[in-house]
Amino acid sequence: MLISSDDRLSFEKSRPGRRGVDLPKERFCAADPLGNVPQNLKRQGPALFPEMSEPEVVRHFINLSRKNFSVDTHFYPLGSCTMKYNPKVNEWAARQEKFTALHPLQSQETTQGMLEILWGLEESLKEISGMDRFTMQPAAGAHGELTGMMLVRAYHASRGDAHRTKVLVPDSSHGTNPASAALLGYHVVEVKSNSHGCVDLEDLKRHLDEHVACLMLTNPNTLGLFEKNILEITRLVHEKGGLLYYDGANLNPLLGIARPGDMGFDIIHINLHKTFSTPHGGGGPGSGPVGVKKHLVPFLPSPLVGKTKDGYVWEKRSPQSVGRVKSFHGNIGVIIRAYAYLRSIGREGLRQVSEAAILNANYLRVKLKDTFCVAVNDPCLHEFVLNLSAFGAQGVHAGDIGKRLLDLGFHAPTVHFPLVVAEALMIEPTETETQETLDQFVSAMKQIAREIETDPAIVKNAPHTLPVRRPNDVLAARKPILSYRDMVREKVLAAEVAA
Amino acid sequence: MPYLSLTEEDKKAFLHQIGVRSFSELIASIPQSLRDPKVSIPEALSEPEVQGLITRLGGKNTTTKDFLSFLGAGSYEHFIPAALVEIISRQEFLTAYTPYQPEASQGTLQAIYEYQSLMTELTGLAVSNASHYDGATSLAEAALVALKHTDRSRVLVARSVHPHYRETIRTYLAGTPYVLEEFGFDAGGSFNRQEFLEKLDGNVAGVIFQTPNFFGVVEDLEGMSEKIRANGSVMILTGDPLSFAIFRTPGEWGADIAAGEGQPLGLPMSFGGPYLGYFVTSQALMRRIPGRLAGLTQDADGKRAFCLTLQAREQHIRRERAGSNICSNQALCALAACSYMTLLGKQGIREVAEINCDRASYLRSQISKLKNFEVETSQTIFNEFRVKSKKPFAKVEEKMKAWKIFPGVALQPFYPELKDQFLVCATETKSKEDLDRFVEALEKC
Repeated sequence: MLISSDDRLSFEKSRPGRRGVDLPKERFCAADPLGNVPQNLKRQGPALFPEMSEPEVVRHFINLSRKNFSVDTHFYPLGSCTMKYNPKVNEWAARQEKFTALHPLQSQETTQGMLEILWGLEESLKEISGMDRFTMQPAAGAHGELTGMMLVRAYHASRGDAHRTKVLVPDSSHGTNPASAALLGYHVVEVKSNSHGCVDLEDLKRHLDEHVACLMLTNPNTLGLFEKNILEITRLVHEKGGLLYYDGANLNPLLGIARPGDMGFDIIHINLHKTFSTPHGGGGPGSGPVGVKKHLVPFLPSPLVGKTKDGYVWEKRSPQSVGRVKSFHGNIGVIIRAYAYLRSIGREGLRQVSEAAILNANYLRVKLKDTFCVAVNDPCLHEFVLNLSAFGAQGVHAGDIGKRLLDLGFHAPTVHFPLVVAEALMIEPTETETQETLDQFVSAMKQIAREIETDPAIVKNAPHTLPVRRPNDVLAARKPILSYRDMVREKVLAAEVAA
Repeated sequence: MPYLSLTEEDKKAFLHQIGVRSFSELIASIPQSLRDPKVSIPEALSEPEVQGLITRLGGKNTTTKDFLSFLGAGSYEHFIPAALVEIISRQEFLTAYTPYQPEASQGTLQAIYEYQSLMTELTGLAVSNASHYDGATSLAEAALVALKHTDRSRVLVARSVHPHYRETIRTYLAGTPYVLEEFGFDAGGSFNRQEFLEKLDGNVAGVIFQTPNFFGVVEDLEGMSEKIRANGSVMILTGDPLSFAIFRTPGEWGADIAAGEGQPLGLPMSFGGPYLGYFVTSQALMRRIPGRLAGLTQDADGKRAFCLTLQAREQHIRRERAGSNICSNQALCALAACSYMTLLGKQGIREVAEINCDRASYLRSQISKLKNFEVETSQTIFNEFRVKSKKPFAKVEEKMKAWKIFPGVALQPFYPELKDQFLVCATETKSKEDLDRFVEALEKC
């Protein structure tokens, strides 16, 4: 069998006396410094870590890695996640000891190369987005949103505008948007989408009043459609004194094509782990720089990097800064990767990336539209959404089709999102896939459509070829077993019950 | 560009098949006035040029490998096993997405599950999440959990908690009805017990201590959990997780939450990130944990399987009613920590902690013999302690350049009253010659 069927935890492979690392034997103190430590400060019982030799540990983890899909092994048409290829020169750059061995509290004289990268990436992001300044501190998209909402609050507070308590969020938005706004105590109000998944202007106007602090918008939206009334939307919100927040999750089709800053957005976060090609790492680390227009610069988290005639410096903290949102300076390893990417694709590459992302998405849309219902069958930007409710008659859900795709060698698209489309399957191919891969994906989708007609059970019970099939998440939530200790306890209890 | 696969011919064929005459028809929904902005970024470089550029920029840095470094203060230089680097370089881990499709992600899910198991062992608490951004944000989330759990309005924090962590919590709470209040430390740097007890009242949602604290002191928290529990407040501990291998754990101190920086568990300093926030709680707080959790379950055929669980807490389900907005974790960093703890194992984790304590204790006793320096930390330490220079510290730092030494982190920027004091850190990475050379350099300056 190519993929190991061994599903034991490291703890279950442990044998007393084995070890994976040897450490220096020599001690420098004449007497053991722990000898004098009061008993009550010492650890009372041992940490029951596994005991394994190095080869066993390596085999354990490498075999685990083979149970994963990844961009380097599979096509991930995962909508809104922009699972593009992660260039290897980025990895090479981030692993250079000249960066990994830098301590974050070193002086600026000893970190000029690092500061130049922070400054250079900020300059490029400013150009690409049309904003005036960026903070690199936020560690992820959601963290960027939270930072953005802090800026909204600080801005209104500085103007004595304390009655702005509402944040507007379209019903098609990512879940992090309302959650981020609510975390800061804002009252979240949903704005309806029209039949095109775009903001319903009439509904927006109904909610717009002097209590609106901000409108959070993803553009293109989660159906892959550009808000064609965007200039009208930003004008309306600004007229009422509100700010506009741009969720950068879907920035990939706009590089060199249009800029959020020009659309009228005041604040933006950018997911370096989407548009700027840094790897997802199985769920992080990401990086979510936040950019703002001039009127919000004083509120940015500090410190920011500046360029002077004597080199790069940490700028003095603005008295109005919201403060720090993280220790030190941000997810530097991710920032270096994004910097390497931008230097590789360069000015002329920006537009090529977005054009190819748009072409690939439309190619797939057109190839699939005769077999499946496209939620809005207009030209899309980087992604589009299928409405699969027609298969309800056979009892097949969007999620089932995603599972069946796994059997056929494709990661599932985003399923059951956005919430405004029934049985949604959201497909984003990105610019890095070839026509051959896209054609194979289309064939797989069509095969599944045929299977639903002839033998829907194959789809409903998929996947059939992977290490596990449909883990029971209801059971997992009802009786949470979240660690090896929990597991051992469960086993003991089960044995007692059986006895 | 080597990352794109469409040729010019492909593009033309695509446009034809899509049924449009030109690319601009595909972006017709973008208002004309917004299109084709002038974007001035540098021109594209080939890969050899990018490597050359990065090498040149790297050359402008002086790193902790170029200089002998005694910097700590929340970011630590530790030995990283070569096997760990190979494991986290596996592209199947690196380039995978969040494990929302468990069948396609058993590798990531089991690794997270093992990480959670190891963190509960290390901290002595019951439930660990799949990791958080870093120490500061993890602690800020812990403060939010305490506030929501108790429905009270104040959080007390020791001033001996890392200044960046305190500042981050303050940022998170600004503009909300919640208040962060500090209690001080005594001359030796231990938290001020009396001041703390005076401030512990019925409005206190949570209390945050750090041990070893920012000054390196292993705090004596005897009796604190009883007082805090009797007051109906949540006890939150932060501290270097490596130290928990030998010093009393958050669980053993009776804490409800352990939240802090996991960087010492196998992650390079990398100028401050990406790191790893650990977040571990008692059983009672399980359903309030922010972020992802991996759980054990069975698959449709009764086989052991792992999946993300208790997702009803999270933003993608609850939207504005979620307890936290967290979406991503630091999965790859958690994998690094998981590999680190597994490689070191039951014996190794203890030994590496003991060696840290040995190196720092040796250095402390050597520095205490110098006439121009005073050691300010006499209590039990892990790998850090506080020193006062009789000369201006800036001058000491300047003189150390000739020795190629980073002597430590100046404390005055964080604590104005601690003039010419600095924090010295020595880990298992330092040889006896390194430490003796540092002492010699200090003696001569």
